[in-house]
Amino acid sequence: MNENKGTSDTQAAQILKILAEICEDDSVMTDRKVDLFKENLLDSLSVTELLVELDDQLGIYISPAEIEREQIRTPELLLQFVEARSKR
Amino acid sequence: MSFFSGLDFYLLLIPFLAVAVLIGRHKSLKAYNLLISLLFITLIYGSSKAQALSLLLYLIYEFILLRLYLYWRTRQGRKQVRYRLMLFLALLPLAAVKLTLPQPLSLFGFLGISYASFKVLQILIDSYDGLIKQLSFYDYASFILFFPTLSSGPIDRSERYLADLAEVKDRETYMQLVYQGLWKFLLGLVYKLTFSEFFYVRMQALESTYTPAALLAYAYLYGFYLFFDFAGYSLMAVGCSYILGVKTPDNFRFPFISRDMKEFWDRWHITLSHWLRDYLFSRFMFQSIKKKRFKSRLTGASVGFMLNMTVMGFWHGLSGQYIIYGLYHGVLLALTEIYQKKSGFYKRHQQQRWYQGLSWLLTLNLVMFGFMIFSGHLNPIPAALWRRLVS
Repeated sequence: MNENKGTSDTQAAQILKILAEICEDDSVMTDRKVDLFKENLLDSLSVTELLVELDDQLGIYISPAEIEREQIRTPELLLQFVEARSKR
Repeated sequence: MSFFSGLDFYLLLIPFLAVAVLIGRHKSLKAYNLLISLLFITLIYGSSKAQALSLLLYLIYEFILLRLYLYWRTRQGRKQVRYRLMLFLALLPLAAVKLTLPQPLSLFGFLGISYASFKVLQILIDSYDGLIKQLSFYDYASFILFFPTLSSGPIDRSERYLADLAEVKDRETYMQLVYQGLWKFLLGLVYKLTFSEFFYVRMQALESTYTPAALLAYAYLYGFYLFFDFAGYSLMAVGCSYILGVKTPDNFRFPFISRDMKEFWDRWHITLSHWLRDYLFSRFMFQSIKKKRFKSRLTGASVGFMLNMTVMGFWHGLSGQYIIYGLYHGVLLALTEIYQKKSGFYKRHQQQRWYQGLSWLLTLNLVMFGFMIFSGHLNPIPAALWRRLVS
């Protein structure tokens, strides 16, 4: 149980690190409620970059068609979405 | 009879929608929808035997491809070669029609094949991605043949559509949907019958005047006519869908208030541009970044936009005006992207009112010029200019 939580925590940290690199802004690692689209941290192009990195670094393939902006609007929502997706 | 035009269509539609409201309050409308879709298809396509037969053949042909692919996909995983072969085969009927216009091979042509092809490709690509694992003929036929959107969209997605019909809504939720649907339907009717007509008549009056002022006026009149005509049609299709328990996505969201070209494509023919974004642009970008096809991201994005919009142009038809229309928007989107990423001026002023006002005005005129290309009204001009130049 604990071990599982451990892996998902490191995974969350990895995802946030990838996100910070793509947004070129480290604040997304701490401010988990920031609106990534409103603040111009993400657009449809950088979302694609994010999907490539998730696939390359974590082996989680998410199709561009299954992701909607509302599901990844904040870092917190993104973490939830990827976690739910990686369990499938 | 044709979809959403003529008194006979509406007179027939009203009682069938009324019955839908009686059923939809306590049951799923899936079976009923398919039944009345078949009825409307028979009435509308039935007058031409070739067209009806073509629709039927198309439906069966694509279903066989999709099922065959799903069979391979579940046993052997994501294999590129077979997937590409299936993409090719699935697009073949559409290509055959577009290549043989204006006299399409009668066996391939039916009204709405362009839209049906989007739906089929979506199922195929989502199967490749593992999002779709099975497909019954009932679900498939219900989705492809859903009559409000069959001939001209909006382009829905199969999983979204089927989820809407699988859930039995409680009475209140469903009635809410019916009221929204009625409102959209009536608004669409007003768009089409009054506004679209208003602009069309004035546009026709300028049909053969080629002075600069008349051209400018023509561009605006055509733009507004096109909007009210197509948005009106879409609203009626969406409204009708709502009453049948399906929340078909909206196609337009105040496109003329857009402040840049990217925003415009988020507001104009939304289901088409989002389809292309999800199934072409993003995939192309995904592969490009992964394979490091381009030195800079901006170059990659520019090529992506060009490709995306050129395909959009070709999809509208294989004549010069549509292809140039696509290229035109590709170039504009690429330039917008480069400008917004590189320009300090943009970054400094983008929040200021005067900048936004200017940006809106420029966007509106670029959009109207694009419609002018699309309309074909400019087609005689290059030849006329050439004649003047050589004489």
